[in-house]
This record gives sequence, C-alpha cells and structure tokens, in this order.
Amino acid sequence: MDDRVTYLDHAATTPMVPAAIEAMTAHLGDVGNPSSLHASGRQARRLVEESRETIAQALNCRPGEVVFTSGGTEGDNLALKGIHWSRAADLGATPRVISSAIEHHAVLDPLHWMHENGHAEVRLLGVDGAGRIDLDELRTLVAERPVSLISVMWANNEVGTLQPIEDVVAIAAEHGIPVHTDAVQALGAVPLDFAAAGVDAMTVTGHKVGGPYGVGALVARRELTVTPLAHGGGQERDIRSGTLDAPAIVGFAAAVELAVKQQAEHAARLTDLRDDLVRRVIAAVPDAHLHGDPVLRLPGNAHLGFPGCEGDSLLMLLDAQGIECSTGSACSAGVAQPSHVLLAMGCTEEAARHSLRFSLGHTSTAADVDALVAAIGPVVERARAARR
Amino acid sequence: MKVLAAMSGGVDSAVAAARAAEAGHDVTGVHLALSRNPASYRSGARGCCTIEDSNDARRAADVIGIPFYVWDLSERFHEDVVEDFMDEYAAGRTPNPCLRCNEKIKFAAVLERGLALGFDAVATGHYARLVTGTDGLIEMHRAVDPGKDQSYVLGVLDQHQLAHSLFPLGDTTKDVVRAEAAARGLLVADKPDSHDICFVADGDNAGWLREKLGERAPNHGGDIVDADTGDVLGRHEGTYGFTIGQRKGLRIGRPAADGRPRFVLDIEPVSGTVTVGAHERLAVHRLTGIKPRWCGTVPRELSGPRVTVQLRAHGSELPASVVVADGGAEVSIDLHEPAFGIAPGQAAVMYDGTRVVGSATIAVTG
Repeated sequence: MDDRVTYLDHAATTPMVPAAIEAMTAHLGDVGNPSSLHASGRQARRLVEESRETIAQALNCRPGEVVFTSGGTEGDNLALKGIHWSRAADLGATPRVISSAIEHHAVLDPLHWMHENGHAEVRLLGVDGAGRIDLDELRTLVAERPVSLISVMWANNEVGTLQPIEDVVAIAAEHGIPVHTDAVQALGAVPLDFAAAGVDAMTVTGHKVGGPYGVGALVARRELTVTPLAHGGGQERDIRSGTLDAPAIVGFAAAVELAVKQQAEHAARLTDLRDDLVRRVIAAVPDAHLHGDPVLRLPGNAHLGFPGCEGDSLLMLLDAQGIECSTGSACSAGVAQPSHVLLAMGCTEEAARHSLRFSLGHTSTAADVDALVAAIGPVVERARAARR
Repeated sequence: MKVLAAMSGGVDSAVAAARAAEAGHDVTGVHLALSRNPASYRSGARGCCTIEDSNDARRAADVIGIPFYVWDLSERFHEDVVEDFMDEYAAGRTPNPCLRCNEKIKFAAVLERGLALGFDAVATGHYARLVTGTDGLIEMHRAVDPGKDQSYVLGVLDQHQLAHSLFPLGDTTKDVVRAEAAARGLLVADKPDSHDICFVADGDNAGWLREKLGERAPNHGGDIVDADTGDVLGRHEGTYGFTIGQRKGLRIGRPAADGRPRFVLDIEPVSGTVTVGAHERLAVHRLTGIKPRWCGTVPRELSGPRVTVQLRAHGSELPASVVVADGGAEVSIDLHEPAFGIAPGQAAVMYDGTRVVGSATIAVTG
C-alpha cells in the first residue's frame, strides 16, 4: 500500500493477502466451466470442490453446506428470503421474522421489503447502550406467534459489538426456529465454528478477510430448505444458480484458510493496537469516547465519538492528510445519514453524527496509530470550529 | 489557495473546478446534497440535486484529479430556501429561490464551513466577473457572455463573501466552456443546462405548492376579479398559483370586452382575490426594495446614465435612479421607463455600468 496512506477502514474492505492473489491469479487464464463434463470442466470443478472443502474445514461445517454467492449482501438476502419462504407456507399467515435493529442494510433492507410486501411480520430486537441485543425481548417475541427465522449478526460492522449468538440459538431451539447470522465481520476476527455455534445459516464474504471482491458463501445446514432467489442451471444445491467463478472461489478459500489459521494471533495483535489507538486518541481529545462494548467487540474496531464535530468534517480533514476512516453508514447519494446502529443504542442524532469508525486489519501497524494520534487533535479542533 | 469547488454535476461547475485546479489552487470538490430525499428532486439531467448529478460531479472530480465529497446541506436548504419559498408564495409574493440559495447556502453555510475547515475560497460555475477595484474592494461585474450572465442571482453577496469567492467562468462564453469540457474529457460537456427550480421536480410550481403548503396555504381558492368592472370572471384554486404579470393558466371563461389578453395585476392572499386586467395596468414606475444588501460600500444614492436595475433573472437592464432611505433599511427606485409584470418578492439588483452595487427585495411597486 502507498506509504502516504494510513488505511484505517479495514471493516469496509481489507487488502487481498498475497496467498489469495497468487491462488486466484494462477487460474485466471484457465478454461473450463465447473459444470461442464469434459476434462477442462472437471478440472475447474475440482478447484471449486477443493476450495469448498478448505472453507468447510476452516469454518467447521460440511463441504456440502457451503453455498457460494457473490458476497455478503447476496448471502443475507438468500438466507432471509430463502429460509422464510421455504418455511412460511407451513406456518400460517405471514409468519414472524425476528432480527435486530443494528443489522447491516443487507439484512435490514430485505426485511423491510418483506414486511412492506406482506411476506412476513418483521420485528427488530432493541439493543442496550453497548449494542447488545435484548434477549428478554427475543424470548417474548418467539412465544407470541409462529416465527420462520431469527437473524442476528455475529458482530456489528459499525461499533464492533459481539452478539450473544449462543443464547439466541438456545432460545430458538426451544421453539424449533432456525437461526441465521451475518458473520461477515466476525470471520478471521473472532473464533467462528459453524457446527459448535449451532446456527442454521451463516453469511461470510471474501473481501473482508483478504480474499477477492464479489465472492462469498452462505453456509446453510444440509437439512435446511432454502428457496432460491435466482433460478437457472441448478448449481449449488439448486439454491444458487449461476456459473461458478472458480478463480475467485480459489482466492476466497485461500484467504479464509489463512484468516482462520491466524485468527488468534491476529486478534491479539489487533486488540493491542486498537487499545493503544483508543487510549492515545482519548488522551489527545479528552472528551472523545468509545462506542460499543469495551470488551465484547471486534479486535480491530475503534468506534469513537467526538462531541461538537461533524463526522463528515473529520473524515475530510483526515483524508486530506492521507488518513482514511469511515463515518459509518452512507446512502447511495453519499449523504451521510445518522447511523441507525448508534440511534438504536440510544445515541442522540447529534451524537450519531459526530462519530468515526477506525478499523484495523492485517496490514495495520503501530505507525498507522501514530499517524492518527498525531493528526486527530488539530483535526477535531478545526472540525469544531466549522460547527460554530 | 485552498479552494472548495461547489460541483452541481453540470458542465459549468466542472469546468470552473478544472480551471481553479489548473490555476494552481489546491482544489477540493463538494457536491451539495440539498434534498432530504434525493429521489424526490428533479430526476434526469436538468436538476442539481439528484443522485445522477452527484455521480456526474464525482466523475468530473475524478477526471480533474481532485478529492470529492458530498456535503449534506438538506436541513439548511429546507429551512432557508424551501420554507422561504413557501412562505413567500403563501404571502402572494414571487420569490427567487436561487438567489436565496446563493445568499444562505452556497456563499454562507458552505463558505463559512469551508473557511473554518481551512479553505480560503469557494469556486462556483456562475457566470460573473470579479475584479479588484482601485479602492482595494472586490467588485462583481456582469459576465462577458450576456446570455449567461448570472450576476443577478449573485447580487446578494457582500464584500466578505465576494472576497472569498472565485467565478472562473466570468470571462468566457458558454460555447467555449462546453468545448473546454469536451477537450478536458469531462463527460458532462453536452449535459443540458438546468432550468426552473431544482426542488420542484416537474416544473409545476402551483402543483408543488398545492401539495406542500397544505394547511399553511392562506386559501385554496377564490375569485378572479376584473380590475375595471369588479366582475367576478372565474374561480381559482389558490392564490399561491399566481404571479404578478402572469397571463397563461387563468382559465377565464369569457373574453375581455375589448378582446385583449388579461394579466394578473394583484394577488390578495387573505381574501383570496386575484385581480386581472390589461397589460398597460402592469406598468410600474417606481418601487421600494427592502432588506438591501451591498457588494461594497453602502451608497447614499445612485444616479447617472450608467445606473440600471434588473428586476428578474434574465430580465433587461432598466435605466433608473436609486435613493437609499430609512437609514439604509430600504431603497427607493425610480424607473426612467415603465417596467411590466414586476412581482413583489423578486430582487431588484442595482448596477453601475457592469458593476453590481447591491440588491434589495421588491416590496412595493407603483
């Protein structure tokens, strides 16, 4: 990476790891549709299946449970609509889907669409001030009427808070309700064991773990019926038709394998860096404060509020110094909306607008933290002046 | 200088930003998001507030090679421009929201935020020329392209605002700007000019006002009355749908006795009466302007052969003399020849030759 750039936005996307680039590019010139029956087709199919096995081993699921997708958004849509639709007919009129108020838009927007169009009665769990879902509310909601699906993210993409997935699974199990989790941010950052977690479906994606863009997977238990969103050639258990992108899948598998293998060491390193970042930024800007759970959070996530500032101004001033971070969520026109996650956590709209997310990843170093710490004081001062 | 280039997504602001960058300034592009719901403002190529326009601005910034951001000014725009637009129409006046946007948004909210963030000036694609006068003050003059001159909508800017503004297109004609955009590889080179009001999606002011004003409308109907006879000629669906001098859309059933067209002469929002009559009754010889704003030194009076006023966007230069009255709170303008269809709420911009002296909001005509 360009040495003038301090990249602190790994939660948005992280650079591909060399192993994934090598694995992927080695096959970009190959011919052969993995669905073809001849030798070239078989060779491509072999790459796909070996990758599937690699990923299955890394995530502790069966190879047949890995359904390749184009990434997180498709995986979430497929899980929510596909599982709900396959179960809805047996549950009576408009069954309930339960999720949380702090999900990524790839979950919230399909749920909103399903609710508006009468497919499901969607209920979103509230969260506490640290961004942890309300389990008592979940217990109430599952008991009231038939529920087709519960979807709760493993770790929040904005404030980094980890969710009590084991409790969600236990509550769901009492009622025989399948559980989906968006684990896009969790993979490689925290231990992720599909079988042990007891979830029924789990979304992961390549570009957040050092793999390529445009490839991901929905891990879905063999026993689970998922109604497809795209009908066609019947690839991927008939759940997800479309010619498989063998080179991207190979790169994805290489990245997942490495990310899982190095997870503990990576997390320990990032936690130290992150804690140092938070401590020193708060030392430079005494009224800055960390959002989210101080302990139960993604190791690379530092989400900080800077009272009296516009997040937009801070981002622009830092960007001008080569320091790249995020204000959280943006709509398609690029207009920053106050984060729905922070609002759900009880922040005022004002507080939701004065926040920045710094996210560390595999290329992050102490020098990145130094650069931010050196810049943040004057930047906050200037951004405050712009508010007056 | 560190320059903030306001980029609407159109060809003018793109070339203005490119010229500022080429002149050696450290330029950052910003697109101002003015709608609280970007899809609701005019779609397509003509507006200034759509996602498509935001993308066009972004692509222009890419080609020029400058950083680009979207600034959300939607709250300020709604409060200072849209609400004002509604209030003015509700009161029977005809506001110019572009002028208000320049006064309150582009050269106020954006400029002040830019200055605080460390920028020295705001550059826009407006057609007007800035020169430093012998007294050291910045003067604003009409653009060299009379068809594109936008000094009228900038007439609200004061010396502080002018001192921190750049109008790189003031010395250029539109065809040159388009050719330059094409030569620079800017994809907006052929984009049509914007017209009308950006937040009225389909250009139907009356329809938009009917929907938005709701309870705030002073009336939702009233009589159309003949100025000569006092006869009721028809009904209308709200005085906010009319502007002084309007001829079309009156939908009066019977023709005037003399068979000549009739125009809106007066709008009375409380009674809901719209008075119509012959063209000559629109003649205005003098007017009073309130809330004057001056580009430089406040004059006592303006007179002489070079003094003119412009009373609407794309209006002509009318010879006039001006007296500043009421301790500077208003201006009294005598027109040397009558003007027609002058609507309260519009701006009277005062010129000394090509130089803009100041502006005022037309309150009373006579």
